[in-house]
Amino acid sequence: MKAQASSRPLRLLPSLTLLALLLAFVLLVNASASPYIARIVVLTGISIILVVSLNLSNGFTGVFSLGHVGFMAIGAYVSSILTLTLETKAQNLPDLPGWLAHVQMGFLPAMLIGGLVAAVIAVLIGIPLMRLSGHYVSVATLGFLVIVRIVLVNWTRFTRGARTFSGVPAYTTIWWVYGWLAITIYTVWRIVHSPYGRAMLAVRENEIAAQAVGVNVLRSRILAFVVSGFLTAIAGALWAHKVTSFSPGSFYFTQTFNIIIMLVVGGMGSISGSVLGTVLVTLLSELLRNAELGIHIGPVQIPPLYGLAQIILAVAFVLVVVFSRKGLMGDREIDWGRLVSFRGKGTAEGRNEGQGRPDQPQD
Amino acid sequence: MPILQYLAQQTINALSLGSIYALVAIGLAMVFGILRLINFAHGDLMMVACYAAFFLVSTGIGFMPLIVVTLFAAALLGMLTERVAYRPVRGAPDVVMLLTSLAVSIFIENVFIMVVSPVPRSFRSVTPASLDSVHVWAGVSISTINILTVGVTAALFVLLLLFVTRTRVGVAMRAVSEDLLGAKLVGINLNRVILAAFAVGSAMAGVAGILWAARLGKIDPLMGFIPLLKAFVAAVIGGFGSLGGAVLGAYVLGFAEIFIIGFLPPELSSYRDAFVFLLLIFVLLVRPNGILGSTEREKV
Repeated sequence: MKAQASSRPLRLLPSLTLLALLLAFVLLVNASASPYIARIVVLTGISIILVVSLNLSNGFTGVFSLGHVGFMAIGAYVSSILTLTLETKAQNLPDLPGWLAHVQMGFLPAMLIGGLVAAVIAVLIGIPLMRLSGHYVSVATLGFLVIVRIVLVNWTRFTRGARTFSGVPAYTTIWWVYGWLAITIYTVWRIVHSPYGRAMLAVRENEIAAQAVGVNVLRSRILAFVVSGFLTAIAGALWAHKVTSFSPGSFYFTQTFNIIIMLVVGGMGSISGSVLGTVLVTLLSELLRNAELGIHIGPVQIPPLYGLAQIILAVAFVLVVVFSRKGLMGDREIDWGRLVSFRGKGTAEGRNEGQGRPDQPQD
Repeated sequence: MPILQYLAQQTINALSLGSIYALVAIGLAMVFGILRLINFAHGDLMMVACYAAFFLVSTGIGFMPLIVVTLFAAALLGMLTERVAYRPVRGAPDVVMLLTSLAVSIFIENVFIMVVSPVPRSFRSVTPASLDSVHVWAGVSISTINILTVGVTAALFVLLLLFVTRTRVGVAMRAVSEDLLGAKLVGINLNRVILAAFAVGSAMAGVAGILWAARLGKIDPLMGFIPLLKAFVAAVIGGFGSLGGAVLGAYVLGFAEIFIIGFLPPELSSYRDAFVFLLLIFVLLVRPNGILGSTEREKV
């Protein structure tokens, strides 16, 4: 307990270092990276937001949702409709009702409204679905994804149906993405280490025992589902304003599988694992995407092989699942406090309070 | 059209649709009953069977040998997925098995996208043109494909019933899904039973695939996804893991779908799959274990 006197600034040190490193990274990319690299960095950041927020629901509460991409779609479409310029709107979405046709918002309010719409829907479907367990919740959330897709394809007035939705202003910058990334990681971290988060973990590990000691299973699951739905929708909005044109097909099974691979490879139940998994899988699929378009090896020309990237990812995924069921990190975290403290054994208060997790900001 | 004839006609449509869902759902329920695995790759077996038929037809073999070879291919692929992908994760947490099957599904689909082509092919070369003919019977018009679907499914039900009650493997299969450990203790060869379940379920998915493609007239590498989802819903509505439940759920779904289309205003009929999933969510709310599902109590 001796450490407590000097603990507050010391405890914040790891998080501040992390934030400083992130800032340095963003500045570096902004200053010197090629447009191609910068684009990958931005898209990776968005994927990290998606995966970390998916982890809150799938990894920490054990509710394995296959429908999160539906929230991403909601965020993307809502914020895009709200930010379109009035001329583009009149041209692309001529049948919008009046109250929407004359609205043009800034990025932040549009994005937040997209997130809130997703959060409200998450509450509505969470109340029935979060009662289910195991397989049933996966199939039912997959059903939610299908419903979202059907609505997107058929609600032509608002979404242009199956046609491409284009003309979205390219507001997303690296600052927006990495700002939200910091917010997402901080939020998820705080929730996981709050009493609510402990309740979530308890529910994941043993539902009956958790119930027996008075944990409100439904409430902790819905909380996780709603927060993660909100953050996923924010990521969807960021994505939409980066790529600027998309269609309902962008938010379906392929995308679902991609974020699930990242989550599982990194390790469900580990935030640093999610970051690591996302970066690794993104790099791999970027390499594969280039290979897919056909490559020259000496005189041999390999023709374009569409689908190859997905095949290799699927095989790699099965191998990870078979040989290390818990992914790279399992449910451990990178011990950031130990890395920056140079003491080799973690800070004193880390061992006292955080059980080897001194890097989270604790109150 | 008089209301009675209309109802009769819609009933036949619903029976036919429900039959296809039932054929898919049986395979899902069989595997789930034994392994607690939700097999996402099950829909892809439908697709593989159709492509096998599509390519075999150009070799000029007769219709019956073609069907036999096709179903054999589906069964073989089903057993292969079990051996290569599902056996190593047997007994792992539910989520791990679910994800493995998801990966297997993505793998099979993309192999077909890469090797064959993502572009849909016409299935008319396989199915005889007579399938599209329509019989009018007391004012009710019924297409041959619907009669065939219902008939084939009924015949397969009888065969399946004989299989699970009269053959050693079939009885062993029921024993394993009742109590896996107990079955192992009395000397049942688990691997063989599981392979048999995959073979039978996959062949049935193959039949369903051919019937489905004959209705739509075209095939593509992702064609299995929607019927698979419907079969999930059917199996969940009926009570996952029980064969009777899967069949019942499939027909409930078939009727619900056809009558939803029939009674919805036309501008909403393209939303019918959304209503199907709303139905699923509703059933799960009222009876979380499905219509026939037993209340599974977890022991502490």
